[in-house]
Amino acid sequence: MRTLAFDVAHLLAGTMLALSFLLLYQVRITATLNVFALQAIALSLSVAWQALIQDAPHLLVTAAVALVVKGIVIPTALHRIVRRLGIHREIEEVLGAGPTMLIGLGLVALSFLLVLPVGEKVSILAREDLAFALAVILLGLLMMITRRNAVTQIVGFMSLENGLILAASGAKGMPLVVELTVAMSILIAFIVFGVFVFRIRERFDTIDVRALDQFRGERRDTP
Amino acid sequence: MTLPFDAAPLHLILLIPAFSAVVLAFVPNYRLGAAINVLAAGATFAVSVVLLTGERFRGDIFIVDDFNIYLVTLTTFVGFTTAVFSASYIGHELEIGRLTPTLLRFYHALYQAMLGAMNVALTANNIGLLWVGVEVAMLSTVMMVGIYRTPEAVEAAWKYFILGSVGIAFAFFGTILIYLAAQETLGEGLPAMAWDLMRESAAKFDPKLLSLAFVFLLVGYGTKIGLAPFHAWLPDAHAEGPTPISAVLSGLLLNVALYALLRFKMIMSANPGTIDVGIIMMALGLVSLVFAAFMLYRRRDIKRLFAYSSIEHMGIMTFAFGIGGPFANFAGLLHMTMHSLTKSAIFFAVGNVAQAKGTQSIADIKGLSVTHPVLAVGLATGVIAIAGLPPFGVFTSEFMLVSSSFARQPVLAVVLVFGLMVAFGALVWRLQDMLFGEPSGEAHPVKASYLPMCLHLAIVLVAGVWLPEPLVQWFKAVAAQLG
Repeated sequence: MRTLAFDVAHLLAGTMLALSFLLLYQVRITATLNVFALQAIALSLSVAWQALIQDAPHLLVTAAVALVVKGIVIPTALHRIVRRLGIHREIEEVLGAGPTMLIGLGLVALSFLLVLPVGEKVSILAREDLAFALAVILLGLLMMITRRNAVTQIVGFMSLENGLILAASGAKGMPLVVELTVAMSILIAFIVFGVFVFRIRERFDTIDVRALDQFRGERRDTP
Repeated sequence: MTLPFDAAPLHLILLIPAFSAVVLAFVPNYRLGAAINVLAAGATFAVSVVLLTGERFRGDIFIVDDFNIYLVTLTTFVGFTTAVFSASYIGHELEIGRLTPTLLRFYHALYQAMLGAMNVALTANNIGLLWVGVEVAMLSTVMMVGIYRTPEAVEAAWKYFILGSVGIAFAFFGTILIYLAAQETLGEGLPAMAWDLMRESAAKFDPKLLSLAFVFLLVGYGTKIGLAPFHAWLPDAHAEGPTPISAVLSGLLLNVALYALLRFKMIMSANPGTIDVGIIMMALGLVSLVFAAFMLYRRRDIKRLFAYSSIEHMGIMTFAFGIGGPFANFAGLLHMTMHSLTKSAIFFAVGNVAQAKGTQSIADIKGLSVTHPVLAVGLATGVIAIAGLPPFGVFTSEFMLVSSSFARQPVLAVVLVFGLMVAFGALVWRLQDMLFGEPSGEAHPVKASYLPMCLHLAIVLVAGVWLPEPLVQWFKAVAAQLG
């Protein structure tokens, strides 16, 4: 079982997970974007490796899309938005780095405990891949929850989506993987596009939960 | 395995919306755009009726069976009537400057894209394609929710987007897990993602993997259904978007998500070793029902009020399918249909009210029975129907559900009845506020058409009094399939 194929897949998926942790405690938006780009590159390598060991050349398309769209185009676009809006300084966190990391560790343990015992018939490679993927997904979710800024929320979502693509590429012989991952990239493009179109500047300025409360439920109150 | 010649109508219900979405994006005149929108939606509905009367068939990618064809017909019908309503509604929005002609082009194109995507989701046999259909339908509604571009609308769209995306991500992970469970038995490739093949051989799948997959699918599609506690996006999305979109969100998109979940429930129930899906669905359904029923009391925005009512009714349906068995499933299917028709009729009325009074605040809508008698009667009929009073169809389905749950789950039935009563009280109380009292504020004449609203309410009334025998047989067959 312990072959080179297994070890390299393990290493690449592990790198993605480590980068997820790195994302959790970044305090500057620019640094967050750079770490995310690194994660996208790790994803692309991981998918390419899966293409090699599964003998599934179509996965190379997914790897290329991940590299170009998420490794280069989207980080560049977001860098531009951040610079134009002048919000590169700091990120408002709901929770401090310490507690966030602890919760993150808990989530990783949870995903391994959840995925590894099930599906004895599925190869250990696919299962470990899934466990890594679920950990990346949950950490992305955690990042979305603990950040109040729209750009970092997007990065959190994209990191979550990296986990999904990792999971999909690990599922041996899954049909439509390429189509599905392209559909996901469209979703991502829509988010970034939405940021441009709706010009949600206000969201970047005051992304404080308190400021949002006025939009909720009772906002049409007449005094 | 290949699609027979009969598949032509199936291709049409997907191609007509896709084609008209592209055309509508380039039609500068909004009246022409609205007309094309109505025409395309009408044509899709007509084709779906042809499909309904035609043969059932399956392929690895698409499937048409008794279960989905009835939902396709319902979806295209409500899509058509909403297009008619929207055509008469948007003119006023343009006049008061909430929309521009460019945005309307966008709006019409997205409307068709949404209808097409829902048809894809409903007719997909491949569970990956099902996921894509739900995703695209959600994306187009997100764009439409934010179309007024007020801070509130953008906020609502953003919230919908983020929560919806997380839901869609979980659903995707669940889809991968289901595939992994299936590929052991069905081999790699397309058959391992075909729903009907999976259901046939589900007994041989690894039950633990299936159970894990279902948890993800439940959270994923449950977010789209609007089940508490994943419902946070729903009231905002309903309140801030254009009213025709609220009508299709409540009437159609929630149904499509529930349909997706039911398909997976059918796979689960074909395997004896899995967790008891029914109990989880019953619990989530009841929580949504009771929670939304209480939330109804504190709403001050008319569209938010009916959005919470949608959460309540999706909870009722989820509960019904959770109980399972022919009788409760029948009630669930009937309720899906009746809620879809009634809720969209209510939103048509609400759209008219909001335009006539220039506000969505319930406190500012008073004395409708004096200023707009026809509208008041329409709104009152809709609310009475949705609150579950006879002789409307919603009463029939709720009555069936209550009686079957007393037989099967007496304790939960008490909670169910309690939730229904609480919601009933809130709706009637709010309705009184709006209908009676001294008329205040603005009172413009109503511009939009009453026809779609009256048509829906008439169907709901007829269904409450008399269900045609073939329809009953049909629902029975589907209910038996649902297990």
